[in-house]
Amino acid sequence: MKNFLKYILFSIFLFYNFNSVAAEQSNKLLDPGWTFKGFFGKFDRAQLQRGYQVYTEVCAACHSMKYLSYRNLSQPGGPEFSEQQAKIIASQFEVTDGPNSEGEMFTRPGRLSDKFVSPYPNDQAATAANGGAYPPDMSVLVKARKGGADYVYSVLMGYEDPPSGIILDDGVYYNKYMAGNKIKMSKPLMEGAVEYLDGTITSEEQMAKDVVAFLAWAAEPHLEARHKIGFRAIIYLLIITVLVYFSMKKLWSRIETKV
Amino acid sequence: MSDHEYTPKSKFGKWFNDRLPLLTLSNHLTEYPTPKNLNYWWTFGGILTFCLITQIVTGLILAMHYVASADLAFGSVEHIMRDVNYGWLMRYVHANGASMFFLAVYIHIFRALYYGSYKAPREMIWIIGMIIYFLMMATAFMGYVLPWGQMSFWGATVITNLFSAIPFVGESITNWLWGGYAVDNPTLTRFYSLHYLFPFLIFGLVILHIWALHVPGNNNPIGIDIKKPSKDTVPFHPYIVIKDLFALLIFLIIFAFFVFYSPNILGHADNYIEANPLVTPAHIVPEWYLLPFYAILRSVPDKLFGVIAMFAAIFVLVILPWLDTSKVRSAIFRPLYKQFYWFLVADVLILGYVGAMPAEGLYLLVARVATAYYFLHFLVILPILGAKEKTLDVPLSLTEPILGGVPNEAILRKKKEI
Amino acid sequence: MEEDKKTERRDFIFTASYALGAVGVGAVVWPLIDQMNPDASVKALASTEVDISGVEKGQSITVLWRGKPVFIRRRTEEEIIKAKNVKLEDLPHPETDEDRAKNPEWLVMLGVCTHLGCVPLGDKGEYGGWFCPCHGSHYDTSGRIRKGPAPTNMEIPKYEFVNSNTIKIG
Repeated sequence: MKNFLKYILFSIFLFYNFNSVAAEQSNKLLDPGWTFKGFFGKFDRAQLQRGYQVYTEVCAACHSMKYLSYRNLSQPGGPEFSEQQAKIIASQFEVTDGPNSEGEMFTRPGRLSDKFVSPYPNDQAATAANGGAYPPDMSVLVKARKGGADYVYSVLMGYEDPPSGIILDDGVYYNKYMAGNKIKMSKPLMEGAVEYLDGTITSEEQMAKDVVAFLAWAAEPHLEARHKIGFRAIIYLLIITVLVYFSMKKLWSRIETKV
Repeated sequence: MSDHEYTPKSKFGKWFNDRLPLLTLSNHLTEYPTPKNLNYWWTFGGILTFCLITQIVTGLILAMHYVASADLAFGSVEHIMRDVNYGWLMRYVHANGASMFFLAVYIHIFRALYYGSYKAPREMIWIIGMIIYFLMMATAFMGYVLPWGQMSFWGATVITNLFSAIPFVGESITNWLWGGYAVDNPTLTRFYSLHYLFPFLIFGLVILHIWALHVPGNNNPIGIDIKKPSKDTVPFHPYIVIKDLFALLIFLIIFAFFVFYSPNILGHADNYIEANPLVTPAHIVPEWYLLPFYAILRSVPDKLFGVIAMFAAIFVLVILPWLDTSKVRSAIFRPLYKQFYWFLVADVLILGYVGAMPAEGLYLLVARVATAYYFLHFLVILPILGAKEKTLDVPLSLTEPILGGVPNEAILRKKKEI
Repeated sequence: MEEDKKTERRDFIFTASYALGAVGVGAVVWPLIDQMNPDASVKALASTEVDISGVEKGQSITVLWRGKPVFIRRRTEEEIIKAKNVKLEDLPHPETDEDRAKNPEWLVMLGVCTHLGCVPLGDKGEYGGWFCPCHGSHYDTSGRIRKGPAPTNMEIPKYEFVNSNTIKIG
């Protein structure tokens, strides 16, 4: 019995090791301390709302989020804007709809059910407008990068002057955490780039942290439900495992062999 | 199969059973005499059945929401994750379920290797098991293609290109597999169709696997033939059922940790980037459960022979019952085999590790040595051991003392301590 | 006595295991069922805005809303009078025309027969309204069931006039 558990724990340990070894990187990523990590991890609503503001006012100029809808902004577990606020946010965007009865496309104010409006009509246009580098869609960006939220945060904070000896082409910037240390996005967050409604100081760290938290939620909108259900499921499993263990002992006590 | 004929008590039961002997079958399954000394390594058969059913059920559900189209697949997976009620749960259970399935099947296989469960008269169980394992790999591979992320696309490209190594007809075969000149929409839709089909083939083979098991009955840690039913056996129900259930629950706790607290840790971040035929990710790695074979493939410098080596690594397992000629089943009584067994375990783990690393420098060298040792184990060491190894005395039954007069329970306990 | 206690405890453990097991199975089954319910994107499906400026008296248009046809009919005076003059006692499902058409000129209703879901044909049937070809239900000019197997009147969706030319359904 004991041995069995030991083996299982060992194999889990191996699993985690395999991955962490595979994910090892030269630079240790920055970890500003996320509220959504850990067993009871939850998003900070105010932070997500600020993060959304940074996204729309800064990132959204180039980066789409095509898998999110405006209704998501008011759903539980997210930034939880009120439905009215979300409606107002949506109505500030021009959505192309149609064709109408004459066969023409037309624009109208956005509604809750609309997907986030993309800054470019298609990937090619986005690439062309950004010097040949496609600004990736941000819907699942945090899950699409090794290191997740830490990595995205580190890249945002990782702009530096290139060390001597490294010559950068025009439109290429040095970043400590980017793979190959070269990035085609110019430093996006400058102090005071946005003005928070709740009066939070708009330092670079603060904005980076807020927007990455927002992106983490966007990539995993049901994280809170997952943590909550998971906690219950595991407590349940532990209890029933104990019960079944004693039932098993009882049953096997009829036979002299040890289980 | 059982020695006594079963007759239902009720009149209707008898009428029904005469026409369709389901009650006889269920009686056989509940009464099935099982060695009472089975340890927890024997619970993985039940766990695997659970895994298969979980995969089929969650898979059916995902299929209700998934769209198999190169343009829509990635978006439909996001739709499942975001909008479908409990869709995230279904997908994470299915994706991590595949990993848990392989974890369990590897333990199951290595248990069989340790206790010699593949030896006569159980060769058919073993061979069917190997076919199941092979189908599992094919199913998992095709399933991994369906989300149509970067790893899906490039994994599919690399694996299907294996067939281009076949002389003369290679290119025609890959074009046939793809339904085009590269992995594209036709490839995705056929993989979807086959990914849906294969689990049911596996299910059928599992029935045969269990059928073939119930002919000779279970092997056991001592590896001796036991009389059934006798003092050495217990009825499957309730004794084995509850033990399997207990082990399954522990397995589920681990499963739940993955699903709820690190659902993406076993996957690859690149698969959350939509497939792009113009850009290959920096490291293409298959899912962890295929890594040892991937390492074998890459360790051979020749394209064709690399592919042959990889398939041979599986085939060598199929003919294992005839490579291991030792008459003693359990490693408990084979001191030398036991050592080599652990070498093999380490070897496969090393192969898995280097499979995840770039194929260069020291990693490549280690991969080559480990690949050579893998084949050496099966093709050279096992036949030699079968002829030369001096095995320990094997008890006559689980309860009776062995020839030397030492009660075997004591031996068992001693062995455990070692 | 001792023996009795032992059996009691054993029974308790078995019963507790079974009961808790049943709870667990229930908790697992619910997501498997619920996943087939309308998902968040379907539930959020927008209201539809319809331009009615081109509809003449006596004409109707059909628009798709939530996957179902919605009839928008600009009724003639004659049709309105006919609809208003029906006595409630004559109706299998009594509803006044005023309740069904806020603006009597415009009748907006789900074009789905309440019998088994077919789409009724316009300007047909014994009451000058709609007629369902599937099983012969007759509706009047207010879309109320008058004859045939359908149990209730055709449903009126939630709608409002955004301005004189636009109706917002939903």
